[in-house]
Amino acid sequence: MAGAAKSGHQLQLLDFWVSPFGQRCRIALDEKGLPYEYLEQDLANKSELLLRSNPVHKKIPVLLHAGRPVCESLIILHYLDEAFPSSAPLLPAGDAYARAQARFWADYVDKKVYECGTRLWKLKGEPQAQAVAEMLDILRTLDGALGDGREFFGGAAFGLADVALAPFTSWFHAYERFGGFSVEEECPRLAAWAKRCAQRPSVAKNVTPPEKVYDFICGLKKRFGIE
Amino acid sequence: MAGGDELRLLGFWGSPFVLRARLALSFKGLSYEYVEEDLTNKSELLLRSNPVHNKVPVLIHNGKPICETQIIVQYLDEVYGASNGPSLLPVDPYDRAMARFWAAYIDDKLLSSLMMMSRGKTEEEKAEGRKQSSASMETLERAVKECSKGKPFFGGDGVGYVDVVLGGFIPWVNLIDRLTGSRQFFDAGKTPLLAAWLERFGSLHAAKVVMPDMERLVELSEMSS
Repeated sequence: MAGAAKSGHQLQLLDFWVSPFGQRCRIALDEKGLPYEYLEQDLANKSELLLRSNPVHKKIPVLLHAGRPVCESLIILHYLDEAFPSSAPLLPAGDAYARAQARFWADYVDKKVYECGTRLWKLKGEPQAQAVAEMLDILRTLDGALGDGREFFGGAAFGLADVALAPFTSWFHAYERFGGFSVEEECPRLAAWAKRCAQRPSVAKNVTPPEKVYDFICGLKKRFGIE
Repeated sequence: MAGGDELRLLGFWGSPFVLRARLALSFKGLSYEYVEEDLTNKSELLLRSNPVHNKVPVLIHNGKPICETQIIVQYLDEVYGASNGPSLLPVDPYDRAMARFWAAYIDDKLLSSLMMMSRGKTEEEKAEGRKQSSASMETLERAVKECSKGKPFFGGDGVGYVDVVLGGFIPWVNLIDRLTGSRQFFDAGKTPLLAAWLERFGSLHAAKVVMPDMERLVELSEMSS
């Protein structure tokens, strides 16, 4: 958003259009009603600003707040919650156990989904079958964590764990196509949760449509010479 | 302990992650029941408390389980605020983000390079591990400068989150040094601030009481190689 860097909050986000990690930050910023300047990065030709802001990992997303960088998407989510406590909390205040549960599931998503998903679309034969089996296990675990009757991972409120997973709902379609399964069939609660998330303006606006993610992955496969 | 407040920690004496949890409990002066797990024959309690990962450490607070070391440490810090020993995470949101960043870095980069160095299947892998560990240590040397701002610990005057996270690895880096007969890590010549930190941290009573016995660690490493 033009001019946001000059506004009260001075928030900027260094990001890459299809990145689910970057989208987590965009969703959180919108949920909290925080204006920010979106700065698309060319990952093949990294900017001075990116290299200076994240010298250790040289990765997106990076949040800049009055010029000071915060790196790693889950750390950015925590930072936004703590620096802007009055707006739409991602973590429930005053309930340390609920916070630990939310962090556990956000951490689970971080450890499992992207890495397994990458093997699923990149590999062939037995290693791919292995990745498919693991992905089904991961999705079923998440389905179980939702349980029956819960709108979101933390209960009634859309929170940290939901924001951590929401961008990956677009990638489910690609995993389904490459893996030959249906999330709706295997994990109905997770599928219903994904639909609920998609109805939120912050998610609808910031998450790449599933078909575009699929095309993006096909493009990567071509580039890497994977059939 | 306040009446009815029950803390238990399921652990394995040879785990650096369990050690981190014990360091946090120790620095916060908290009493708890420690339950040693046989990882080749995991207890019903462990499997029930951590059904997703089946791993230690698990903190059980009044019957409710909390898993994953960094989550356990943050939980303890939040529940037992500043009234029980120092706050491990700083108060300022930006400083907290920095502490979390370096804790994540330690787990992501340092751990993986240590594993490659010690468990690498080929000489090339081990050499690559040594190279990466060396690079990680140099990066951490910069981190200690940034975080401590001239004070004795990453947390400043007192021990903080990053100190506890890095502290968990101390016995293992000492073990590697002992087994290789050289000072790979915390070399005062290459990373003087970290070497000084190691001395200081290791000499704290709260750290000493939970550190595992070196001879037992040597035995354990010989068993698993």
